[in-house]
Amino acid sequence: MLEIRDLSAGYGHRHVLEQISIKASEGEVVGVIGPNGSGKTTLLKTITKVLEPISGTVLIDGTNIDEMQSTQIAKKVAVVSQVISINFEFTVEDIVLMGRTPYIKGSETVEDINIVRDAMEKTNTIFLKDRLITQLSGGELQRVIIARAFAQNPKILLLDEPTSHLDITNQIDILNLVKNAAKKGMVVVAVMHDLNLAAYYCDKICLLRDGKLISVGTPDQVLTPSNIERAFNIAVEVIPNDITNSLYVIPVLEPLHDTLH
Amino acid sequence: MAKPGKSVIFILALLLIAAVISNTAIGSTSISPDVTAKILVTKIFESILEMTGKIFPSVTANILMANPFIEKTWTDSQEVIISDIRLPRVLLAALVGAALSTAGCAMQGLLKNPMADPYIIGMSSGAALGASLAFVMLLPVQFLSFIGAVITIFVVYNISKIGGKVPVDTLLLSGIAVGSLLAAFTSLIIFISHSPHQIIFWLMGGLWTASWDKVKITSVMIIFGILVLYRFAWSLNVMLLGEEQAQYLGINIEQVKRYVLVLSALVTAAAVSVSGIIGFVGLIIPHIMRIIVGPDHRILFPASTLMGAVFLVLCDTFSRTIIDSVELPVGIVTAMFGAPFFIYLLRKRRQSLYA
Repeated sequence: MLEIRDLSAGYGHRHVLEQISIKASEGEVVGVIGPNGSGKTTLLKTITKVLEPISGTVLIDGTNIDEMQSTQIAKKVAVVSQVISINFEFTVEDIVLMGRTPYIKGSETVEDINIVRDAMEKTNTIFLKDRLITQLSGGELQRVIIARAFAQNPKILLLDEPTSHLDITNQIDILNLVKNAAKKGMVVVAVMHDLNLAAYYCDKICLLRDGKLISVGTPDQVLTPSNIERAFNIAVEVIPNDITNSLYVIPVLEPLHDTLH
Repeated sequence: MAKPGKSVIFILALLLIAAVISNTAIGSTSISPDVTAKILVTKIFESILEMTGKIFPSVTANILMANPFIEKTWTDSQEVIISDIRLPRVLLAALVGAALSTAGCAMQGLLKNPMADPYIIGMSSGAALGASLAFVMLLPVQFLSFIGAVITIFVVYNISKIGGKVPVDTLLLSGIAVGSLLAAFTSLIIFISHSPHQIIFWLMGGLWTASWDKVKITSVMIIFGILVLYRFAWSLNVMLLGEEQAQYLGINIEQVKRYVLVLSALVTAAAVSVSGIIGFVGLIIPHIMRIIVGPDHRILFPASTLMGAVFLVLCDTFSRTIIDSVELPVGIVTAMFGAPFFIYLLRKRRQSLYA
């Protein structure tokens, strides 16, 4: 259970988040959407205590993160960022083993290795075990990073645009993994850009603009043309998608005319 | 792909032992390697007996009665040359090489910068200024160069500190700035000094002042510093993914930076204070080992330590034997051998070595 109460955060005197309150429970996928610079990444940094809040509290299973050390937080919360590039020739297994960092004292145990193997099985990366991380495709790399997050045995999984830069197959692949993790009892909070994928995968959506929460609720409640226009300054049509049983958001654009004649 | 790590460490350890013995045998007075080995074994055996003699006098007396020593087939002067002149020098070379290479490896990992070496944040300039002052004012050189290096790292660290954090870029830049300032003072001292040669030779790096006292003092600091640095191997691995990623995995990155900097500074200052500024070992050996064993500091650290020791032992022997009755500063030799070999590796690999 993740509970954010009246959270304000920022860098120096600049407030990036103001008075945010969000609750997320086990089994839920909570999407955080909003334009660039609306404070989505800052929110994730504050939840993991990488950034100290200006005011407000973050509770993980009822415990204030102020009272937790960084290793304790890393045992509860795992973060998957945008596809990162790793330029050092570690093997895939080494990278996943890094997920055990908050648990390892001295050197890794058999239990650590088993958990690492299990995380790789779940993410379908076990066959990459001995490959160098520098030789993977974007989709493979992101699955390895998710395996690393699973190896942390977290209660809460935070994702920061986990599917940007990935092709459509890999996007679906990654989000299915995440959805399954939620079904098995994790709290998932995902910063997303693709409103249609958010509509399909999220149980709850938080819409941010300029650091303020302007709407929270189910996709049906949040993804309305007026809300989206308020947040993104763009006119959209929202139509029910009968195939996926979710919503479909289409920007209203003027037809482009062929000027070449 | 199996990891070559542990076997490489084992081979390097054997190589170091072989290098110490064979290089103790080499010198202007020729003493064969087997005699050298016999003298070394006897000396080690004697010092062990000396220690046990204090703890178990009667047992030791019985052992001595049996006279278990190797038959003495060498002269007293050979024994003195081996045990009091060459051995401390070879051991000091091994210690200094190990220290510079390990510290270089730590700095490259911490700063994620391929140009990093133990001297990068100004330590060598601080040590050089300390040594120059000591030469001019007739103070103990070893002590002042050590203090100079330690003060410099302290100053650089505090200049770089912004709100409790030390950004790596700022650390690099302030190190270069402080280093240049101190180097200017050193040049000034050389310019106005009546006998600048001493300072210039010291700056080139050499081990000709080796003695058992120096081995004892530096070995404590260097071995302690290196072993504690090994404890940060895993944290440095994780930090290679980026500082933010490392924080998400629960690593206190500022604490790691502080410890790694202090420990690298300690071993580097200890090395420089007895050897002057020996270049290239701390830059090139970690790179070469990274090519061979990969970026995992749990293997890379000990591999760099051992290879650094072997390399400097070989270079030092070369520098004291290549020209009759003249000693080349070993810093010249390390650069002359190290740089071309490194260029060869760079070309052979044909891809970026680092990040």
